[in-house]
Amino acid sequence: MKFRNLARYAGALAALGATALLIDPALAQTAAPTPVPNKGDTAFMYTATVLVLLMTVPGLALFYGGLVRTKNMLSMFMQVFATLCLVALLWVFYGYSLAFTNGGALNDFVGGFSKAFLKGVDATTVAGTFSNGVYIPEYVYIVFQMTFACITPALILGAVAERLKFSAMLVFMGLWVTFIYFPIAHMVWYWGGPDAFASAAKALASATADTKAQAQSAYDAVMNDAGISFKWGALDFAGGTVVHINAGIAGLVGALILGRRIGYGKEQMPPHSLVNCMIGAALLWVGWFGFNVGSGLEANQFAGQVFINTFVATAAAALSWMIVEWISKGKPSALGLASGVVAGLVAITPACGFSGVMGSIVLGLVVSPICFLFCSAIKSALGYDDSLDVFGVHCIGGIIGALATGLLVNPDWGGAGIADYVSKPGEMVAGTYDMATQMIAQFKAVSMTLLWSGIGSAIIFKLVDIVIGLRPSEEREREGLDITDHGERAYHY
Amino acid sequence: MKLITAVIKPFKLEEVRSALTDLALQGMTVTEVKGYGRQKGHTEIYRGAEYAVSFLPKIKIEVVVPAAQVDKAIAAIQRSAKTGQIGDGKIFVSPIEHTVRIRTGEADEDAL
Repeated sequence: MKFRNLARYAGALAALGATALLIDPALAQTAAPTPVPNKGDTAFMYTATVLVLLMTVPGLALFYGGLVRTKNMLSMFMQVFATLCLVALLWVFYGYSLAFTNGGALNDFVGGFSKAFLKGVDATTVAGTFSNGVYIPEYVYIVFQMTFACITPALILGAVAERLKFSAMLVFMGLWVTFIYFPIAHMVWYWGGPDAFASAAKALASATADTKAQAQSAYDAVMNDAGISFKWGALDFAGGTVVHINAGIAGLVGALILGRRIGYGKEQMPPHSLVNCMIGAALLWVGWFGFNVGSGLEANQFAGQVFINTFVATAAAALSWMIVEWISKGKPSALGLASGVVAGLVAITPACGFSGVMGSIVLGLVVSPICFLFCSAIKSALGYDDSLDVFGVHCIGGIIGALATGLLVNPDWGGAGIADYVSKPGEMVAGTYDMATQMIAQFKAVSMTLLWSGIGSAIIFKLVDIVIGLRPSEEREREGLDITDHGERAYHY
Repeated sequence: MKLITAVIKPFKLEEVRSALTDLALQGMTVTEVKGYGRQKGHTEIYRGAEYAVSFLPKIKIEVVVPAAQVDKAIAAIQRSAKTGQIGDGKIFVSPIEHTVRIRTGEADEDAL
């Protein structure tokens, strides 16, 4: 959300301040009575959270599992499932705290440990939404965000499929979420909330001449209490940068550091079960409604916009991929359709709360050919083994979506416009949109994610490689990770 | 006794089985195999990765018959398995030294 510097409006508002904008004293204080959560929004967020869980298990597990060879099916499932379980615990131990609290001197980049082990959180504490005065239980918010923290690292597994040791994977995941995911989530999504913004703005507006400086610095402190990307004004509704570009670039880095699978390019390794893959893709689409619509945190009219955007952008991208493949390869494939579905979902993720419906369709049509190019021609030309196209779909799709968000949010193009919580404290009004400013903010967010995750992931991969080794031995890789890592066969027939 | 091994197109199995049963031959062993002769395979494409698939699914039938019946059996198999297209398959004949029926202990031609 982009916010306006109140200084521009202070003069006009100060004149009105004494009358229409008299503050309810409770809001101006920091210790207000605990608000009651909104039941409708809470019920919706439970549902959305469960849908995001469905995306990971079995959605992503089946999607990835179907694409690898029979001897590694269980390995994909285990790696996704175990990542989910590990990160869920790390999230409540310290991840939520690092992502969504104030980090003091480091607050631009990461939070602190004030809510480690969920200290201070109980069934009565609440989390803000994007509307003034509307809250959901903090536990629900924690679990919702937890599912995001769980699926993001799981996405990386596709790039390094069939050649990452289970033990190395666990260690890598623990380090990766700690140093990459939690900070990036903080940078993009951490802010004080609409009510903090409103209070500070009201206090400033109604400040008299001698308290003005104090109110101004209090206001500045509230505006400054946010992640760096948030402060840049970069828009990312449901995680195009935090989830997809992040996991995508980490996947590429992993694929490069681990190297190609044995026999890649020489031996045949087609997907062992496109049936499982299609089921996984369908579950991903269904679950993604929880991912995108739930990111609005409320079941209100804006949720409806996110909902429809998520549907049509995906449909457009699926058809687009299918048509591109039909023309270039001669036949539309099932895997192509599924890939288009995922690419469309990835691209609409940052844009879903901001774009108009027709804009979403255009985004879907545009993202598939570009991702298709990366997954086929560019991958073959450069020769890297991004096994399940995590970079080609999630990183590239995420970049396109994140940049397109800066354009599609334009109200003249049907977009939702920028939210302004300070011009009329207590309400959200439409802020001013400037295409150049917004696009610069989007570029900065994309670049920051690529650099932090790209470099950070490389360091962590290398570290784990040196200490315990990332790849299994050649014989173990040949035999299959199901047997060598887990002592089981997926299929007995 | 002779072992007749026939590699045929999978959808022809029922016809061949029926033709051999008409000759009063009781029993056969069937395996699913992959192979090629002159029939070309096809290309599969998975998201940019192209695979040339040479091996095609076939069915291998093995049946042991008394020497006197070999020619009739071969004719029956050829007639029922033929489509006229490349890839119909081949029939091989090899000698069998000894046969035993496990349940009764009968040997050689009595076991067939």
